[in-house]
Amino acid sequence: MNRYSVFSVARNAMNYNKDWERAWRSPNPKAEYDAVIIGAGGHGLATAYYLAKEHKMTNIAVIEKGWLGGGNTGRNTTIIRSNYLQEPSIAIYELSRSLYEGLSQELNYNMMFSPRGLMMLCQTEHELRALKRTWHANRHAGLDCRMISPKEVKEICPIINDDPNARYPILGAYYQPRGGTGRHDAVAWGYARGADAMGVDIIQNCAVTGIRREGGKVVGVETERGYIKTKRVGVVAAGHTSVVMQMAGVNMPIESVCLQALVSEPIKPVIDCVVMANTVHGYMSQSDKGELVIGGGADSYNNYSQRGSFPALEHTVTALVETFPIISRLRMLRLWGGIVDMTGDRSPILSGTDVEGLYVNCGWGTGGFKAIPGSGFVFADTIANGRPHPIAEPFSLNRFAEGRLIDESVAAAVAH
Amino acid sequence: MSGKPYRLSDAGRLIDRSKRVSFTFDGKTVSGFAGDTVASAVMASGQRVMGRSFKYHRPRGVVGLGSEEMNALIGVGKAERHEPNLLATKVEIFDGLSAVSQNRWPSLNHDIGAINNVLGRFFSAGFYYKTFMWPQAFWKHVYEPFIRQAAGLGKAPTGRDPDVYEQVHVHCDVLIAGAGAAGLAAAEAAAASGLRVIIADENPRLGGLCDIGGGLIDGASPLEWAKTRAAALAAADNVQVLTRTTVAGHFEDNYVLMFERVGDHDPSITAAGTPRHRLWKVRAGQIIIAAGAIERPIAFANNDRPGVMLASAARGLAARYGTAAGVNGVVFTNNDDAYRTALMLKSMGVGVARIIDSRTNPESALIDQAKAAGLDISFGSSIAGVMTSKGGKQIDGIKMSPYNRGRVTNETKVDCDFVAVSGGWNPAVHLWCHNGGKIKFDHELQTYRPDRSPDGLLIAGAANGTFDVPGALAEGYAAGEQAVALLKGKAGKIAKASATQEAQAKLEPIWFAPATGAYNEGDKHFIDQQNDVVASGLELAQREGYESVEHTKRYTTLGMATDQGKTSNILGLGVVAEATGKTIPEIGTTTFRPPYTTVSFGSIAGAHVRDRFLPVRRTAIHDWHVANGADFEPVGQWRRPYCYPKAGEDRHKAVTREILAVRNKVGLLDASTLGKIEIKGPDAGEFLDRMYTNTFSTLKEGRCRYGLMANEMGFLMDDGVTVRVGPEHFIMHTTSGGADRIAGWLEEWLQTEWPDLKVFVTPVTEQWAQFAVAGPNARKVLEKLSGDIDFSAEAFPFMTMKTGTLAGMSVRAYRISFSGELSYEIGVPANQGRALWDAILEAGAAFGIEVYGTEALHVLRAEKGFIIIGDETDNTVTAIDVGLEGLVSKKKRDFIGKRSMEQSFLKMDGRKQLVGLLTEDPNYVLPDGAHALEDATGKPPQKTLGHVTSTYMSPSIGRSIAMALIFNGRARMGETLSFSLDGKVVKAKVVEPVFYDKEGARQNV
Ligand SMILES: Cc1cc2nc3c(=O)[nH]c(=O)nc-3n(C[C@H](O)[C@H](O)[C@H](O)COP(=O)(O)OP(=O)(O)OC[C@H]3O[C@@H](n4cnc5c(N)ncnc54)[C@H](O)[C@@H]3O)c2cc1C
Repeated sequence: MNRYSVFSVARNAMNYNKDWERAWRSPNPKAEYDAVIIGAGGHGLATAYYLAKEHKMTNIAVIEKGWLGGGNTGRNTTIIRSNYLQEPSIAIYELSRSLYEGLSQELNYNMMFSPRGLMMLCQTEHELRALKRTWHANRHAGLDCRMISPKEVKEICPIINDDPNARYPILGAYYQPRGGTGRHDAVAWGYARGADAMGVDIIQNCAVTGIRREGGKVVGVETERGYIKTKRVGVVAAGHTSVVMQMAGVNMPIESVCLQALVSEPIKPVIDCVVMANTVHGYMSQSDKGELVIGGGADSYNNYSQRGSFPALEHTVTALVETFPIISRLRMLRLWGGIVDMTGDRSPILSGTDVEGLYVNCGWGTGGFKAIPGSGFVFADTIANGRPHPIAEPFSLNRFAEGRLIDESVAAAVAH
Repeated sequence: MSGKPYRLSDAGRLIDRSKRVSFTFDGKTVSGFAGDTVASAVMASGQRVMGRSFKYHRPRGVVGLGSEEMNALIGVGKAERHEPNLLATKVEIFDGLSAVSQNRWPSLNHDIGAINNVLGRFFSAGFYYKTFMWPQAFWKHVYEPFIRQAAGLGKAPTGRDPDVYEQVHVHCDVLIAGAGAAGLAAAEAAAASGLRVIIADENPRLGGLCDIGGGLIDGASPLEWAKTRAAALAAADNVQVLTRTTVAGHFEDNYVLMFERVGDHDPSITAAGTPRHRLWKVRAGQIIIAAGAIERPIAFANNDRPGVMLASAARGLAARYGTAAGVNGVVFTNNDDAYRTALMLKSMGVGVARIIDSRTNPESALIDQAKAAGLDISFGSSIAGVMTSKGGKQIDGIKMSPYNRGRVTNETKVDCDFVAVSGGWNPAVHLWCHNGGKIKFDHELQTYRPDRSPDGLLIAGAANGTFDVPGALAEGYAAGEQAVALLKGKAGKIAKASATQEAQAKLEPIWFAPATGAYNEGDKHFIDQQNDVVASGLELAQREGYESVEHTKRYTTLGMATDQGKTSNILGLGVVAEATGKTIPEIGTTTFRPPYTTVSFGSIAGAHVRDRFLPVRRTAIHDWHVANGADFEPVGQWRRPYCYPKAGEDRHKAVTREILAVRNKVGLLDASTLGKIEIKGPDAGEFLDRMYTNTFSTLKEGRCRYGLMANEMGFLMDDGVTVRVGPEHFIMHTTSGGADRIAGWLEEWLQTEWPDLKVFVTPVTEQWAQFAVAGPNARKVLEKLSGDIDFSAEAFPFMTMKTGTLAGMSVRAYRISFSGELSYEIGVPANQGRALWDAILEAGAAFGIEVYGTEALHVLRAEKGFIIIGDETDNTVTAIDVGLEGLVSKKKRDFIGKRSMEQSFLKMDGRKQLVGLLTEDPNYVLPDGAHALEDATGKPPQKTLGHVTSTYMSPSIGRSIAMALIFNGRARMGETLSFSLDGKVVKAKVVEPVFYDKEGARQNV
């Protein structure tokens, strides 16, 4: 792998950029691997990266139906935060957030982690009380977060509608100064390049069509490019997890729905933080390119089409026009959707299964971009050692049978 | 040429030379004519540079004729009316219009950012992923702020939008997108059936390219035919003609979004209060896409210089606005259509120095005409470079060389000041694809054409890849007829026009014209001009492994500019194909997503702004609350009085007074927001048994019962009192915030899981006004009112209900209590609510009645240890956790949540349980959500034991009280818990969560 740096950019520029190497190879699948990861989204790629790096498992493959990073990893609005309510959630999201801090350097790929600050508005007394509770939980966990006054909200985000007579006036906000955004594609690409350099085969355009078991054990996967033997399989297929797990005869407690997002045309900077307005169901930030990045609630019906309904978007935009009145004259440039994997408690599943050698990482729903590094880290550890990493342990598949739910729907109606 | 050097004297069918219009561009006054666009007027004034590009800040001019424009982006209007990123080719001018160029500093002519162009090699595709990483903190503090400032295009407006927007919801039988030849023919055929037809076009007039597309209809210019058709459609009762209206998106079930720019072209329209934009939401029986095609350029070195434009744009500007692209131009093409540009320009007196045709020896009528007109043609040639002066702002000529796909051999210079280029046309398949329509590559046209549509969309004309007028007409008529047939309408008779057009020679693909020097060194070939995506960047992306089109797109930003790749997508695919030796279909395409062109957020919000954004729901007593100084808080969609401060009182004092009034005298609460749902039918009891954790089928008529509702996971989701009013009739009360959700929840179960149950569910929250009369004097107040209800303790015991008359109104009276006092709730039809309210107040005056708000209500119930769903519960709390296991039926066969409540974790000991807390310092009120800690003196991370759910200063017992969910709380009675708050350790004792009148004596009188 040739290292990226200012100097390599300059040196290559002098040579008309002719000497850059491939960021990753395009290998043919081998007949057998020590482990196969299904799904080259951020979570799958990060899992492979840490398997190779931390556990020296380099004879592994990531099998991807389409192009790497083309699922939700390349479709999300890139909010990164760790101010979740429940202790297990705080642990994994904060591990992730802190890994993001140094990820560009770790991967030698600029994924543009931008901790510009993130605020969750309080627009009813009830929301204010609920977020205070989250704040207390977070501060005891050691997170750097604080409640801020309406005046501070306005200072940090001058375009916000601070009219005290607004429909839902701003009573304050819960602020995580080192929350922010990142560049989604670069996260996938950086992990892919890093994993590839250590010998991981990333096989794109190759759907997994079956999972072969013998007795209670996994023995291999069927793919569009043939059968691959392996004793360990990690399924990391987001919205399609239920479909893939069914191939191994495992039913998943997951519903797949479409979540949409949209961007405006690029404009000069107007908002330098992420604002989430959960009472009215919308959030907004501005990308480095200048586009306002907007998202909101998911569709309420199950769907695999990656095309959402307009009413859901309309609801979001209407809320944000009221929250940031200057956007009224700006324009929607592009909208899209992703199929998100929703669990009943809005928390992920990072778990082994009753089938030996079969592991699953899913259920990140509307909010798993922020979790990619941490999830990959603990999931790799879980697969490599055949037992749950302590941070992954509470997120077992079994919890749904036991009722040991980790409910995050409490904390934010829109969980990103 | 006359007047201004670039305004042609006898061309410009759309401008009215008798009406001068003056406006400003970057502060300079520009004079144009009514009918001009900013692009046509500014160009006619001799100015060519209209903007700067995104990354390299290169000077850019107009390229297109309409919505395909990617360079001439301007900001229009001032301050809170400013609108950035509009296309100068679409903005119609009016007196006083103010337009500015964008993305340049300090000015369009002298832009510091242009230094990026000099450094262009360093800014190769994706370079930012490879650098800006050291030192770590610099990204946030140095690099990113710099990049953010440099990026972005126009500026946002400065204040709240003063204009209004609206939405229209309509159904139609046939919707036609695009009113060119094909669309007009389709509309005529469809309209003749009498069905309801909508035809929409993004341009101010119908006709599409009928004016400049060539061919003849009924022996005359297609424009004449288009005008007659447009007039006929406008006159037809069953046809709605919409101009300046873009069909922006197609969704599931033929749901279509149309974006109409109602008042942008004429400020007097919006000044009169008419909406500026209108968003149409259409459900169409059949949709015919007749959206035409978009010309694509050919990439050659420095093809972004101001003055290089699409051949159709050069032709259209001249024909429509009399604006010449320059004095002497070169036409560069691989197809016949651009010959029309050369011929037309020549006929208007614009110099055409050369037609450069990459094809070797094409033969056709148009080529013959060009030869006959004396035009110089160089076949088998291409443009190898553009010579400029004034910092690239002016074209002096081009370098031409034989086209042989390899190195440039010998160059000829041709003087010119503009270039009209055509690489062929791409059907506008966007709408076709929005909802999953498939496209296929057509080798003849070297572009994608519609293939299959899951929605059965119809498509006609250039949008279908049929570029000739006779073909477009035929397809248009056929599509119109087919739509009628599919809708089982009656085909009408029409006199179909007949069209002719000369045969054309075949197009030969050329995507990339080599430049002087080695391949890809030096000069830039622009593919996506706005985003400064160059051919070498696309090629680099392939070499680096970003081979999937989506990777290429994202790595280079191809097609992601404000034009969404209208001119660059296919061109980019062509360049990638050439660079990798693959075919275009092997490479694939990216997804076409709505909207086709941008849609204002204002129109998406429509009228739902300010007061109409989620309208406030008001009870029948709302005006009284306002008149009596209520301090409101939002509760769900309602706004409820939090308290009623009197002169000199703050919130806290008012709440205290209200609470004491209820405890000592009598209080009146407007409880109308409480959810009320009528449940009727033979299976009503059974249904309620399934919905609630406790039993209702056994409830006697006239009896009330408090019920708990759990979700499938076994956690509490709502509570309230339900009453049986008849054998098959119950009234359910829900929480105020939960009313709509619960009504939906009941319906969901009835409709999807238990359709066999005979039950009707009718939400009636708004039909009833309901008040609580609570306090020791409650009975006296009600007895003072006339009526036939016996309120005595014997006749009207606790948890019963009666109907009767009170103060001359028929009411439902419930003896229930959420305050622990003697209390009745009286329901009356909402239209009589105010009368009853006034009557109760009047009767109560003698007994010291006071109104109380939500906060007093909350404190009163907390003093009694009653839970509030959403405060004491949070979707993780069971009935057992809050100490209400008595309300979980052990006998019932099933109810929602039963299975989950059997799960080990829900049954286990030591869960968080509801307790009361009394702080050591009785004046200290614990903060909301505070967490008790195992060790409050330590440092984070600290282990927490649970959290405060409700916390108040209790006037009734004269000290602070709190409720909390604490791990194993019930076993900790009497223990002291510690909190770390504001740097201090605060201690509180765990107690039963009932703080006042533990025996419940007060309500049983
Ligand atoms: C609109 C939107 C906005 C969002 N906003 C945020 C946000 O702001 N912050 C945040 O933290 N999260 C956000 N999310 C959620 C986040 O995107 C996801 O949780 C996260 O990207 C999931 O990553 P993943 O790797 O698990 O899944 P994906 O990236 O979806 O990867 C799964 C991969 O599995 C592949 N696959 C599926 N089936 C097969 C098969 N049979 N064989 C082989 N491969 C297969 C898929 O092709 C896909 O590439 C958002 C999501 C959406 C849709």
